Amino acid sequence: MPTTAPNALSDVTASDSTLRRFLHGLPGVDAVGLEARAASLGTRSIKTTAKAYAIDLAISMVDLTTLEGADTPGKVRALGAKAVRPDPTDRTAPATAAVCVYPDMVATAKEAVAGSTVKVASVATAFPAGRAPIAVKLADVREAVAAGADEIDMVIDRGAFLAGNYMKVYDEITAVKEACGASARLKVIFETGELSTYDNIRRASWLGMLAGADFIKTSTGKVAVNATPANTLLMLEAVRDFRAQTGVQVGVKPAGGIRTSKDAVKFLVLVNETAGEDWLDNHWFRFGASSLLNDLLMQRQKLATGRYSGPDYVTVD
Amino acid sequence: MSDRLNVLKTYKLYVGGKFPRSESGRVYEVTDAKGKWLANAPLSSRKDARDAVVAARKAFGGWSGATAYNRGQILYRVAEMLEGRRDQYVREVAEAEGLSKSKAAEQVDAAIDRWVWYAGWTDKIAQVVGGGNPVAGPFFNLSSPEPTGVVAVLAPQESSFLGLVSVVAPVIATGNTAVVVASEKSPLPALSLGEVLATSDLPGGVVNILSGRTAEIAAPLAAHQDVNAIDLAGADEVLAKELEIAAADNLKRVLRPQPVDNWTATPGTDRMTAFLETKTVWHPTGSLGASGSAY
Repeated sequence: MPTTAPNALSDVTASDSTLRRFLHGLPGVDAVGLEARAASLGTRSIKTTAKAYAIDLAISMVDLTTLEGADTPGKVRALGAKAVRPDPTDRTAPATAAVCVYPDMVATAKEAVAGSTVKVASVATAFPAGRAPIAVKLADVREAVAAGADEIDMVIDRGAFLAGNYMKVYDEITAVKEACGASARLKVIFETGELSTYDNIRRASWLGMLAGADFIKTSTGKVAVNATPANTLLMLEAVRDFRAQTGVQVGVKPAGGIRTSKDAVKFLVLVNETAGEDWLDNHWFRFGASSLLNDLLMQRQKLATGRYSGPDYVTVD
Repeated sequence: MSDRLNVLKTYKLYVGGKFPRSESGRVYEVTDAKGKWLANAPLSSRKDARDAVVAARKAFGGWSGATAYNRGQILYRVAEMLEGRRDQYVREVAEAEGLSKSKAAEQVDAAIDRWVWYAGWTDKIAQVVGGGNPVAGPFFNLSSPEPTGVVAVLAPQESSFLGLVSVVAPVIATGNTAVVVASEKSPLPALSLGEVLATSDLPGGVVNILSGRTAEIAAPLAAHQDVNAIDLAGADEVLAKELEIAAADNLKRVLRPQPVDNWTATPGTDRMTAFLETKTVWHPTGSLGASGSAY
């Protein structure tokens, strides 16, 4: 590991070879230990008031997402209304953090959440494959920012990353970061399901943070393996270590496959035990999800009334 | 004298097509009519009840959408499987209810016949309770029965097998899915029924069987917002009243406990129609010509 001086990492990105030396010099991941640690933290029992706190916190961290070819302006408006007031029967339910849509829906989404704390996030850079020329990707980002996106979710070029062409990935992220300007926060999606190994996920995390990501995000939700407790734990370790070395705090967003309140609470335990309380805030931790919100709301109703709720009492998305 | 060790059976719940232990990890001792230990049965908690409702809800779309003919075939298959394990049920019923072998055999045979009887009803109930309703206007309307949804069934406490079959079969024959709370004192025939259902092409989750304290499991089921109806056959008077009050909150259909002296008597269609809704569709009949109706 490099020394702890704040600028110690600046020479890492000086050239392709220094970057490669740094990323390959990161300690290897103990896969068995990582999974066991994630599994053991998942066994914590969170009850009563702690559970109520966790559910409200989780609701406030949801990036309510719709990324379908069939998205209509009506659906995006409905999603926006739900993000602002997730449970219309209970005004104490917090708003979600953001809605996440395709770039062409940003303006519609922006209108739908106007006047609330809900942000609009847009995927960009030829999501979800990321297989497009850099000029197209940057144009995609600029359009989304111009339409009013508060956050940009970009995908990295997994092909370049897996081929070992780290500098290309780095340059792309810095270019996108620049296109985001000062107004939009950048989330970098690694698509961990396509990176094959935990070592690669650790390298990608550091690469993304070095390039200026405000958030690192597990997946697009479009492949077989999405966010898992283990890969999220690994990324939480990375942001913790990165802050210890540089003083810069980076957020984490697991996305895809988180559907139940129980799962969400497990992730919150991981955050608290790994990165620490500083990340227990929707500025630094998000859930990329759609169906999760309904389950959180049903659990919330159960806590409030003592009766198990059902899907008839939440919206159909 | 054989040297073989006894292979004791671990009775488990039947939820979502699988055989889990109780989420709580608890069991209770089940004894025969004379107080001799028979087995340990899972002592279900309210979380088991919740999981069972989730499984039943998930299965509802497929089961209610299956053709009546297909449901009938599957229910008949259940009867076939029961027939193959007749001796096991005779033994379990004899032990549970303190009956002689021949009396127990009568109960089991009646139960198997009842499955067959309800299997036949699946594609006939619509003709009996549905119908075309001529109305005074240029319209015609048609009524057809639709399943109510997820039904919580408290199985009768005394008749551990025939009683159980008599309350479960009519619920699922019409396309509902069920969460069944077995007889508290004699749950073993019910838990064994799960093994038959699992091998009868009945989709997982259509019937879910829980054992334990009826009052403990029934309370969250009666209050559950995603349960559409409840059959209180296994509840005593005090419990039934409590549950009916809890069930009123989301307007569940409630079938109150009715005294049954003889489960072998032909049941009639009441238990099926208790958990049916009527869907009525209005049809315009087209223009009325000079000579009257166009249909």
